[in-house]
Amino acid sequence: MLQQAAFTKVEAEKKTVTGADLLLEALKKEEVEVIFGYPGGAVLPIYDKIYDCDIMHVLPRHEQGGIHAAEGYARVSGKAGVVIATSGPGATNVVTGLADAMMDSLPLVVFTGQVATGVIGTDAFQEADILGITTPITKYNCQIRNIEEIPRIIKEAFHIATTGRPGPVLIDFPKDIAAGLVERPAEPEISLPGYQPTIEPNYLQIRKLTEAVSSAKRPVILAGAGILFSKASDLLLEYVEQQKVPVVHTLLGLGGFPADHPLFLGLAGMHGCYTANMALYECDLLVNIGARFDDRLTGNLAHFAPNATVAHIDIDPAEIGKNVPTAIPVVGDAKEALTMLVKQEGKPPEHSEWMQTLEGYKKENPYWYENSDSPLKPQRVTEMLYEKTNGEGIVVTDVGQHQMWAAQYYPLKNPDRWVTSGGLGTMGFGLPAAIGAQIADPSATVIAILGDAGFQMSTQELAVIREMNLPIKIAIFNNRSLGMVRQWQQIFYQERYSHSKIPSQPSFVKLADAYDIKAYEINSEQEAEKILAEVMKDKEPVLLDFRVAENENVYPMIAPGKGLHEMVGVKK
Amino acid sequence: MKRIITLTVLNRPGVLNRITNLFSKRNYNIESISVGETEQEGISRITCVVNVDNDRVIEQITKQVNKQIDVLKVADISDQAVVARELALIKVQSTPQNRNEIYSLIEPFRASVIDVGKDSLIIQITGESEKIEAFIELIKPYGIKELARTGTTAFPRSSQRSNHKTNYSIV
Repeated sequence: MLQQAAFTKVEAEKKTVTGADLLLEALKKEEVEVIFGYPGGAVLPIYDKIYDCDIMHVLPRHEQGGIHAAEGYARVSGKAGVVIATSGPGATNVVTGLADAMMDSLPLVVFTGQVATGVIGTDAFQEADILGITTPITKYNCQIRNIEEIPRIIKEAFHIATTGRPGPVLIDFPKDIAAGLVERPAEPEISLPGYQPTIEPNYLQIRKLTEAVSSAKRPVILAGAGILFSKASDLLLEYVEQQKVPVVHTLLGLGGFPADHPLFLGLAGMHGCYTANMALYECDLLVNIGARFDDRLTGNLAHFAPNATVAHIDIDPAEIGKNVPTAIPVVGDAKEALTMLVKQEGKPPEHSEWMQTLEGYKKENPYWYENSDSPLKPQRVTEMLYEKTNGEGIVVTDVGQHQMWAAQYYPLKNPDRWVTSGGLGTMGFGLPAAIGAQIADPSATVIAILGDAGFQMSTQELAVIREMNLPIKIAIFNNRSLGMVRQWQQIFYQERYSHSKIPSQPSFVKLADAYDIKAYEINSEQEAEKILAEVMKDKEPVLLDFRVAENENVYPMIAPGKGLHEMVGVKK
Repeated sequence: MKRIITLTVLNRPGVLNRITNLFSKRNYNIESISVGETEQEGISRITCVVNVDNDRVIEQITKQVNKQIDVLKVADISDQAVVARELALIKVQSTPQNRNEIYSLIEPFRASVIDVGKDSLIIQITGESEKIEAFIELIKPYGIKELARTGTTAFPRSSQRSNHKTNYSIV
């Protein structure tokens, strides 16, 4: 009797699973901690199930904020960020975030609602062809056509997003699929015969690279974000100390190698430091680990590392040889490659002359700016933020001048403490990304360094910060301009400041007040000292409106079309 | 230079879109593309003919295509001995007076007439693109009313000679 009752219960359970149930169950299986989602018509069946679900749900105030938050979460936690948006406008609002994540290889799994299968293609209310729109900006996307497929597709989506070269995956979820009932499908098996990323590098290539390092006179390692994705920071350090090869970082790689290490040369690229750029220019062996030779890094390719043998370790074979001809290609995961390289115990290169040259560059050409108490200098503010957090905060930036100053004056010691929009350069990224970063690491001091313009592209997310009482320190470098645009107009467009000056910015202090967030306007270094000492340890959010010098420029700088050795503004 | 790439792909919705999208995203020019099912259920074969400036571009194309999740295999078969075929349907103006003349052109090309109308013929021709182009040039003076080409589809030959100069089959 009892048995029979149990049997009927199982039978009943079998039949009462909806598509939305299967979605949430799949998310639990993937150990998803947080969903960044915004409800709407097409995802109502999903939201009805979320009502009873214990996975944390964050409601951004705009879907774009949601997906940038998921990116920040993914960057800091190393896990996939999960987003839910409704069909049509909800889905199109996540497009920028997808493009951003695709460029910067961030693992995301994004669910978009879709109109019911019966009306797809009829221009139904809130219908958008989101698969067509997002195909070029996703690692993979698909639409669920049968309820039974849901567990398998979601399992595959997480697998694709987080393995190999990470990236965003979008799953389009028609409303009737989410609402439909089905017998519980069997445990899914991943079936991706066309997707087998090469993890372990070819041994012969590793041998070749080891020999190249041993015989190099002027070697340098370019470490990119691949180091962070494969969690290879410790191994990089071990390898570098074994071989004594100096390291430069890409913008996105910052923190992968400790900035206070004597073999660290600094950030390379358009606003990188003199030593790092000259090391890339003058080296005879360039070992790229997990970077993609972006144009902002290389400058004019004709002048890039002109005398170097190039070795490139990358999990994505398509990146090797894409921009820079490569003599020693190594396809594989950075961690695996470095493990093998360390084991080789190759003879360290004899390069004392090179190291002396680089030491000289370092000593003679550090970053510089002219400080003043008032107007407040943005570089000084960044240094103060560094001092007040012992360099151990999570630094999240928006895009523009402040981003470059943060990269220059907040030398990161640890990996996964740096969240920035590199490849796509998305203004409005910083504030929501800081939300995701804080959720990923609740005990960290998260500093959102923003420009006054980028801040206003996602101001609405202050509501989330208040609601969740996230102790984010929002530092706005307020120069009443689109600083980087203004700088380019000054230098390349004869000071014709076309729409780059915004003297009429609103009061950010009053704005913060409306969101019930503590805020200060700061006009001098003295004030900054005093207020930072007060608020940095606070367990609640604070907005700091730093009124910084309006016409400050980021230096050094490489003009477009110039090579890395043609920096301007290296010295005062 | 012209290159022939063959792709074996999972026949899932959107796969063709993803590949053609990739070509436009990366600024590659497709000269022709043909798609069809293979002997295995659920697997399709795509043959692309692309025009590229140098080997680096073709290397990028194959790598980028290979990266796509639903793509099982990519091969640039241009340097192998291949059999490449295309089909064209040509509707050409024709009066009873010149019909025989047109027939005499068709024969050496092993083309065939598959429909005859009052003032036009439909010719079907298969072969390599060059042959089809040569035929089109020849037939043009009679007045082509409509033309449809399938694009090249190709296989590497079963036996590859070790040192071949011609990339294409002769027949």
